[in-house]
Amino acid sequence: MKPNLVKAAPWLVVAGMFLLWELICVGFDVPEFLLPAPSAVWHVGVEQFAPIMMHATQTFLTTLAGFAIAVLVGLLIGMAVGSSPLLYRAMYPLLVGFNSIPKVAFVPVLVVWFGIGTVPAILTAFLISFFPVVVNVATGLATLEPELEDVLRSLGASRLDILGKVGLPRAMPYFFASLKVAITLAFVGSVIAETVASNLGIGYLMMSASSSMNMPLVFAGLIVIGVMGVVMYELFAFVEKRMTSWAHRNPNGAA
Amino acid sequence: MSFVKFENVDLAYAPGGALAIEDVSLDVREGEFVAVVGPSGCGKSTLMKLISGLRMPSGGYVYVDGRQVGGPLKIVGMAFQNANLLPWRTTLDNVMLPLEIVEPYRSTLKKERRRYEAEARQLLAKVGLAGFEDKFPWELSGGMQQRASICRALIHQPRLLMLDEPFGALDAFTREELWCMLRDLWQLQPFTVILVTHDLREAVFLADTVYVMSKRPGRVLVRREIELPRPRDLDVTYTDAFAGYVHELREHIGRVRAS
Repeated sequence: MKPNLVKAAPWLVVAGMFLLWELICVGFDVPEFLLPAPSAVWHVGVEQFAPIMMHATQTFLTTLAGFAIAVLVGLLIGMAVGSSPLLYRAMYPLLVGFNSIPKVAFVPVLVVWFGIGTVPAILTAFLISFFPVVVNVATGLATLEPELEDVLRSLGASRLDILGKVGLPRAMPYFFASLKVAITLAFVGSVIAETVASNLGIGYLMMSASSSMNMPLVFAGLIVIGVMGVVMYELFAFVEKRMTSWAHRNPNGAA
Repeated sequence: MSFVKFENVDLAYAPGGALAIEDVSLDVREGEFVAVVGPSGCGKSTLMKLISGLRMPSGGYVYVDGRQVGGPLKIVGMAFQNANLLPWRTTLDNVMLPLEIVEPYRSTLKKERRRYEAEARQLLAKVGLAGFEDKFPWELSGGMQQRASICRALIHQPRLLMLDEPFGALDAFTREELWCMLRDLWQLQPFTVILVTHDLREAVFLADTVYVMSKRPGRVLVRREIELPRPRDLDVTYTDAFAGYVHELREHIGRVRAS
């Protein structure tokens, strides 16, 4: 009974939210151009299924491309910064400063450089999502136990040996945890860029829908982004569990 | 012929800074079991870094096996108070870790994996961990983790084993069990041991020679040979001779702490 409730709880909450939303719209007779009822959003979703899917696919692929670059670059910078105290000190202020810039302010620059279209969206997704990967990988590497390092160094292990045998495996839980955060941020980045500088993607769809006061379509776009984010988050949570089960051990399982 | 030799060794961690150890001279025979005791912060762990080549002395000379130490030695095994096993590896794979780094094992590991694995299993069986080879470290008790950690320090058959308070975090009964385990390993196949400890009973029970160190900067105050007959049994710890050694060392430590 209890485990079933735990499993069903997220679905119940989502269903409850939609029900409440519907009731408010119907009960207070909210005009559709302010807040469309879920039933109206659903209706538009079914009616415009093909174009929504086309734009969603664009956004999805853009996000994945930006995310992939972010993982690659984040991993490299994280490894460099995490294994060298000098680089750590040298790079951190710059990285933090860069991360503090709202990426939406950066999109116009990208448009000047690369023109309207997919490239600025991919780059925005990358720029917004690589930081958590860097921080987590660097933290995982920098918190290596000094005694363990002594054991390996006294055996004549090179820095690369230590990184490969201990540092990276040890940083993996941090890395996979950061992927969950990074993928949701990547969606934020690509949609932001699409609303400003693209004629494809969910962001563009929502901009054009809102300019024609088609609020149900705007909300359909929002919901599609949310669903994609949750699905990808869950996917990476699953990957994390599979790859680093040793870090998620049950404390009661220990002798 | 000494195996480990310190000649008037000083070490300051920062150049020109305070000395961690000062004018230390030691002489350790091959196969000797040495214990170093002293108040906390007396530079005992510094000794280990010097011997293993992780640190160079600021003054004086360190020789191991007749050669001046100039870098990591590779003939050394180390274990610490914290077992530091890798949680993503099984106990067997943890013990095998040094073989992935030290030559000649490193380059022959692929071909000889079966043989090395059999050796590791044998070693684990010797310390009473038969049947736990495929468990993960977090499935073992603290004492078992420490046994595995000592196996990891010994798997590449080092000529010198260095132990930094390896039993410090264990309860009294487990600790005495592990004393006997270490004694048996050492008597089976003698290697040189340098054991850093706070526990005087541990030092007297296990060692041939006990060095007492002073407060920072660490200096060797007393060198005491323990002439209890071997093999020693736990019963020896209740004899007058044993109590005499412990009492004598305790007085030296007391004087250090008071000074």
